[in-house]
Amino acid sequence: MAISFSGIVALLILSLAAPAIAKWRIASPTIYGAALVISAVLFVNAALRVGSPAADCVLPLGLPWLGAHFHFDSLAAFFLAVTNLGGAVASLYAIGYGRHESAPGRVLPFFPAFLAGMNLVVLTADAFSFLLAWEFMSLSSWGLVVSHHRNSDNVRAGYIYLVMASFGTLCLLLAFGLLAGSDGSYAFDAMHSAHDHTLAALILVLVLLGAGSKAGLVPLHVWLPLAHPAAPSHVSALMSGIMTKIAVYAFIRVVFDLLGPPDWWWGVLLLGIAAATTVLGVLQALMEHDLKRLLAYHTVENIGIIFIGLGLALAFRANGMVFAAALAFTAALLHVLNHSVFKSLLFFGSGAVLSATGERDMERLGGLIHRMPQTAFLFLVGAAAISALPPLNGFVSEWLTFQAVLLSPALPQWGLRLIAPTAGAALALAAALAAACFVKAFGVTFLGRPRTERANTAQETDRFSRSAMIALAAICLLLGILPGLAIDWISPATVEMVHGQMPVQRFLPWQTIIPIAQSRSSYNGLLVFLFIAASACLAAAAIHRFASHRLRRAPAWDCGTPSTTPLTQYTASSFAQPIRRVFGSVVFRARECVHMPAPGNTSAARLEVEMHDIPWEAIYAPLAYGVSFLSERLNALQFLSIRQYLSFVFLALVFLLLVIAIWS
Amino acid sequence: MELMRDLAVQGVQMALVLALAPLLTGIVRKCRAHFQRRQGASVVQPYRDLARLLRKDVVLAENASWLFRAAPYLVFASTWVAAALVPTFAVGLMFSWSADLIAIIALLGSARFFLALAGLDVGTSFGGIGSSREVMIASLAEPAMIMTVFTLALIAGSTQLSTIAETMTFAHVGLRVSLGLALVALILVAVAENGRIPIDNPSTHLELTMVHEAMVLEYSGRHLAMIELAAQLKLLLYFSLTGCVFAPFGLVGPESPPWVYGTAIAAYASKLAIGAPLLALFETTTAKMRVFRVPGFLGAALMLGFLGTLLLFVSRSL
Repeated sequence: MAISFSGIVALLILSLAAPAIAKWRIASPTIYGAALVISAVLFVNAALRVGSPAADCVLPLGLPWLGAHFHFDSLAAFFLAVTNLGGAVASLYAIGYGRHESAPGRVLPFFPAFLAGMNLVVLTADAFSFLLAWEFMSLSSWGLVVSHHRNSDNVRAGYIYLVMASFGTLCLLLAFGLLAGSDGSYAFDAMHSAHDHTLAALILVLVLLGAGSKAGLVPLHVWLPLAHPAAPSHVSALMSGIMTKIAVYAFIRVVFDLLGPPDWWWGVLLLGIAAATTVLGVLQALMEHDLKRLLAYHTVENIGIIFIGLGLALAFRANGMVFAAALAFTAALLHVLNHSVFKSLLFFGSGAVLSATGERDMERLGGLIHRMPQTAFLFLVGAAAISALPPLNGFVSEWLTFQAVLLSPALPQWGLRLIAPTAGAALALAAALAAACFVKAFGVTFLGRPRTERANTAQETDRFSRSAMIALAAICLLLGILPGLAIDWISPATVEMVHGQMPVQRFLPWQTIIPIAQSRSSYNGLLVFLFIAASACLAAAAIHRFASHRLRRAPAWDCGTPSTTPLTQYTASSFAQPIRRVFGSVVFRARECVHMPAPGNTSAARLEVEMHDIPWEAIYAPLAYGVSFLSERLNALQFLSIRQYLSFVFLALVFLLLVIAIWS
Repeated sequence: MELMRDLAVQGVQMALVLALAPLLTGIVRKCRAHFQRRQGASVVQPYRDLARLLRKDVVLAENASWLFRAAPYLVFASTWVAAALVPTFAVGLMFSWSADLIAIIALLGSARFFLALAGLDVGTSFGGIGSSREVMIASLAEPAMIMTVFTLALIAGSTQLSTIAETMTFAHVGLRVSLGLALVALILVAVAENGRIPIDNPSTHLELTMVHEAMVLEYSGRHLAMIELAAQLKLLLYFSLTGCVFAPFGLVGPESPPWVYGTAIAAYASKLAIGAPLLALFETTTAKMRVFRVPGFLGAALMLGFLGTLLLFVSRSL
């Protein structure tokens, strides 16, 4: 624990020192280098702590006589390891990427502060310090979102983010208020028993609103695809890959730890929201042609997948099915780890593209595989991982989630038995749509012919950025072929939260994973990887040995009518058009309208597509309208005479006295 | 000794699927020709086509990348591994525990992922149209397939294909509504995944509705041979899958005497010989759909699979 505190203090000092040295030429490598070292130490410390006995500590900070409580158990250690792994690779990436930064003074002070804030949230164990750390994390990331403040879109994103973050914190504040009970016991230890259990449902809803708005659950996700892409790419990776996981941590800490035994219908609520989040997230990603915003929408989808696991775990736990709960919970935590790895990798890739071409719009890119071969390969690994393709890591956690869904017929309640297969179907649909979306993202950005001059003259990114991406791609593969080790590593955290664990996987032959029994299901990423590699090599070797190995280059065939302009290629929008026709007419109320000129008129035909963002139009737009309407009406109150104000004061006094009179 | 025999059975299985795949395609084509009152090419024509393609040079588009050249091998390898994991004549294969049915579907998903990327690589509009439609079809077919797997897994209590096949053979599963729904869903998915009529027409070019052929339009020579062979393997895989789950006759277990394998292989061959004319008959009697009718077709498969799963959540005996 001492190491963690010194690391956090070091990050804070770094953050305070940053404005002073930001003008130096080597400021950015120094700060990111120091952040890399600190995060790496914190990562190793946390990773080794998973499974050790919990440690507690009270520091004389914060509120007088209460102090700040800290608690370091396996769950916290797991989330700290995820956080600092992301922090370390983001710092490594930023040593190179930070050189392109136009205003380093606006990024450097906030970056270590953001890392420190996320570490603090996980360690704190009383409501006051938790909310303080939570707000610190939100505000420092807000500073990073608006770092390029001359772009009006970023300012708008920052504003919406701030509003949503305040709303989330307000909900968490109320939740903690209810948890604390009438004695006002703010330490987590005392909260286990302090709250009135009849209020548990209300607390659950408040936490879903508070943590869910930060994590990006539908319909609270609207800020996420605006704010995450607005920040510099290494920060986007942290916000999308890590900060959403801190929100998942907050949810787990309150609902699984502090709230006591769950009711079965909590699972129904959670699974319903999670299924909607998963499908809506991936569909919105498919409609997007801004590369970073597409990735942010995929975060929404993956948060949905994590919450499907958590919802199943709650449902199983409510019915005392400990092993099934452990399986679902492990699946969720493994997906937390996996998603943080491949999402960071993908954001780094998009950052490399952005710095090489200055473009985030895929429709202005193309052909980058020739100009940036290594970035293209690494992005491809991330794309395959997030699309849940074996033998990479995304598949393992989704496979475990499917196995957990298959255990749900044993649940006694009808509501759960209907919602669990629905969530499974949503997961299957989302996995297939995610693969479609990443064929689009990779294909339009990196393959084909360059659509603009800037895409044609792109240069491979620097070696720091590349090494960060290589590290993450290697982790994607390792977690995919040796998932048993990760499952065993997670199991102490499952024991703490659901009082059960999956069978030990480490000693199984060939690193197979067997969630329940071998006759039920098993998966071996290592062998699948070796099989594919061996058969591909065998096929290639046999063909080159026994058949033709000659090769000629010629113009593209394209059925005899090759086009000279790259504009005839499929774009992101045209690629997604069939899927838009299938799903979009319902989900986005999409309408297509073709304007054909009259016969004989040689002007161009036009295709117009109209789409609606339903959560935004149904909830946020009326809300914003209502607030502005109300404030305009109330504005008149600012221009009254002194007599009128005095009469208001008098009326208020009378009203309050009446209230007291009636009350007593 | 045990290990040697298991290895031998697994090896025979891998070689068998590879050797039989072009033959199956040849038989389906021959039957189709017969139903259409044509002479048709010989059943060994697919082997000749493959040999011819392997001998030819590869003509590569000028701006094709390494991905375009690697994709045929990746597609072939994933499909071959997936096909080798589905029991054809023997259950309890040595490597069958390394991937269950969900993983097999995901392996086919990997193959499709790389093929769709290869379609986009050269940057032609035909490649784009093929890839775009392929992923649209897959985005419905894959969840439908997973739902079918759920139905089977809930009946057998396992996603392990060997266990499912054993349950279907030895346990008294009987006739069930959910199994019927799963069978229909599986067949609809198989038709779509293999690009057969009414979804796609494997024997045409230059049709506005073509999907698979548009995607692989730029391929030639040995690369095309790999992709064709992968497509044939996939067709065989779906035949084996349907056979081992819905007609699990003649499958041998891991502890059988050697002479049983002969009859098992014969049983497998007879399943293929019955299935191929049925597919040809289905293809001859249906008309090709417009591409935007396909979602309705696959949506039906998805709903049937989902309904089958839901029925099992309602009652284990349905």
